[in-house]
Amino acid sequence: MRQYSNVIAAYSIMLALIILVGVFQSWSIALSIFNYCMISAVMTMGANIQWGYAGLINFGIMGYTALGGLAVVLVSVAPVPEAWSVGGFNMMTSLAIIIGMIFSIKYILKKIKKSKKRNYLISAIIIIGLILIKLISGPAIENIEAVEPAKFGFLGGLGMPVLFSWIVGGFFAAGLAFVVGKVALGLRADYLAIATLLIAEIVVSIIKHEDWLARGVKNVIGLKRPAPYEIDLQTSTWFINLVEKFHSTKLAAISSLSEKQDLLNQLVIDASSIYVKLCFAGLFLVVVIILLIITQKALYSPWGRMMRAIRDNEEAASAMGKNIVKQHLFIFILGSAIVGIAGAMMVTNDGLFTPGSYRPMRYTFVIWVMVIVGGTGNNFGAILGGFVVWFLWVQAAPMALFVINLLTAHLPETNELRIHLIESAPYFRFLLVGIGLLLIMRFRPQGILPEKIIKQ
Amino acid sequence: MDFINAIIVLLNYTVLPALTYGSQLALGAIFVTLIYGILRFANFATGDMMSFGTMFAVLLTYYFQSKGISFGFLPTALLTIPFAVAMMIFYMLLIDKTVFSYYRIKKSPPVQLAMVSLGVMFVTQAIIRIIIGPTDRRFLDGEKFILKATEFKEMTGLNEGLTIKSTQVITLVVTITVVSIMFWFLNKTKTGTSMRAYSDNEDLALLSGIDPKRVVMITWIIAGILATIGGILYGLDKSYRPFVYFNNMLPIFAAAIVGGIGNPYGAFFGGYVIAFAEIFLTYAYKRFFVYLLPESLEPNSLMQLLSTDYKFAISFSILVVVLLFRPSGIFEGKKI
Repeated sequence: MRQYSNVIAAYSIMLALIILVGVFQSWSIALSIFNYCMISAVMTMGANIQWGYAGLINFGIMGYTALGGLAVVLVSVAPVPEAWSVGGFNMMTSLAIIIGMIFSIKYILKKIKKSKKRNYLISAIIIIGLILIKLISGPAIENIEAVEPAKFGFLGGLGMPVLFSWIVGGFFAAGLAFVVGKVALGLRADYLAIATLLIAEIVVSIIKHEDWLARGVKNVIGLKRPAPYEIDLQTSTWFINLVEKFHSTKLAAISSLSEKQDLLNQLVIDASSIYVKLCFAGLFLVVVIILLIITQKALYSPWGRMMRAIRDNEEAASAMGKNIVKQHLFIFILGSAIVGIAGAMMVTNDGLFTPGSYRPMRYTFVIWVMVIVGGTGNNFGAILGGFVVWFLWVQAAPMALFVINLLTAHLPETNELRIHLIESAPYFRFLLVGIGLLLIMRFRPQGILPEKIIKQ
Repeated sequence: MDFINAIIVLLNYTVLPALTYGSQLALGAIFVTLIYGILRFANFATGDMMSFGTMFAVLLTYYFQSKGISFGFLPTALLTIPFAVAMMIFYMLLIDKTVFSYYRIKKSPPVQLAMVSLGVMFVTQAIIRIIIGPTDRRFLDGEKFILKATEFKEMTGLNEGLTIKSTQVITLVVTITVVSIMFWFLNKTKTGTSMRAYSDNEDLALLSGIDPKRVVMITWIIAGILATIGGILYGLDKSYRPFVYFNNMLPIFAAAIVGGIGNPYGAFFGGYVIAFAEIFLTYAYKRFFVYLLPESLEPNSLMQLLSTDYKFAISFSILVVVLLFRPSGIFEGKKI
């Protein structure tokens, strides 16, 4: 028990902070922070598997998150039949051409020995394929985007339940990770960081500008939810009765019937949003716990020991007959898939897919701060990092505002410095996170909860 | 005549902008490559450091304008360069003293230094946004054009006009001056040679009595000059916006790696490779072909290989291809 005491202490402090937000600000805010903390925790676990278990730097978190989000749109949105009828066939042909290109290149790589002829053949296939795709898909894309551009203008999805998309998001991210891993994993650590950062940028720019796929920067709104809608809750009797029971003492204190009804309506509206967020929180908690159990088991399994051995000394592990390239690729795919799941969870939670909002600052670098602050190689640490940093990220602005007001209290309301500082309060989050990262790197480089090796 | 018109179209819309953008990238790329070659880490605060220097130039330009000081037909910002560079170097040395030197003395792996530079990136970004805010700012004053399209048409009697913006000429002149002084310094002076020695083999350099502190300090000073001037030139040509500067880090990294990271010549060249690729692949060649081809063959479409939305994606794809086939870059990397 004693070895877990600091874990328990750290988590209790974190929970207490969120409860404080609930008491002082509102329970709705506290719950949305909690939900986002859990999404961040899942992303951090993915990055932690790559960095903490295997020492691989993946600065492409943003790309996998965006692919997870794309999966939600492609799986859960109802298909748009008009778009399919005007352009579906051509798009499918283009897809077939791409698959054909991949297989023919693979075939050539296998059959023909390395030579100038092979290079020319491959480049010929790529160029002809690209021209064919452009010719076939060009008019189809125009037609698809012309189908009610304000509402659709894209092919739509499969119309399946949204929870299914979390798994699909994982698979999408895994597919991308396979390609990226094949290309980039042989590179040195800092090259790998830059390469993954740039590849993620390519992925996001494709999602942003291919409108036929998921409406690009025009966003997809009103996505399906695995939880009930607030409007439905507010009209269902069982929910109103529940709220009435919950607040019976408060309601009993009011004598006037109309006032009582008004208060009840207000309470029902508040409670419905909290109820929805609680449903999401439950779902996310299930995901986090399942992932935690799996990753903990993996970390202390022979496989986990092998990964640590590879991380700490590649040559020695290789001499012991471990296939380092294969294991690196495997763990890269695994971690990225978890990030993809988190991306799908996030879009489901928001109910909208906004490709324009995917920026490396928020989706790559902040996640990396979480990994480092929480504790590399420790799953409890990774989750804690997600919670702590997200909490700081969200609460930095109110905290900064409080401090600014305190420090400039003696200045008059119209003082320019005071106004300027109050206006720039939102940017103190960068300062707080940056200084936090620098302090942790300096004084506790293993993170808040360092990696623990259990001797067996 | 049609042929000359076609060439003018290309010059006006692709070559000149690409040369300008390429110079701006090249300055940033040499900055990245110097830090990588001598201090041995990938500096993720690159874009924000350039932004930091430019911020002072913007603020000083406003100050000079309010005092009525101007630089004739040249932009006032050029007057502010020495002050902005001084502030930038001071900030860089401060950061090095408080943050980076600890890890350098401990001989931490490069990855750890890169992570630390993430922290510096966050802090720098916060300072910039707190001081100047995230909005878009233009600080170009003086003459905007050296040669206007209408003047050119009158002079030559051609259909197509050639516009030469003053920022384009300033960028090229300043870049060539700064870069040639830098290469002269690295190759011909004793300090420059000691820097190259330090980059090639640290232990050997220390043995032969080179003072590492001095090398590091001079590296930061050169880096400060390059970062500030690169940032100011970009800001004059386009506009100053902190978020854009942060994003510029990506093509700058691409340029440095394409050229061979650690090799300043490569970085200089890489900047132009990236810029020309971005602009040539996304330009709509319709007008160019209208002049060249006979009327019966005139193209209907825009003749654009890729939409301009993919500007960034192109430079990154080039980088991926280079990494695949020649990981050390077009020029051999890790030398200085």
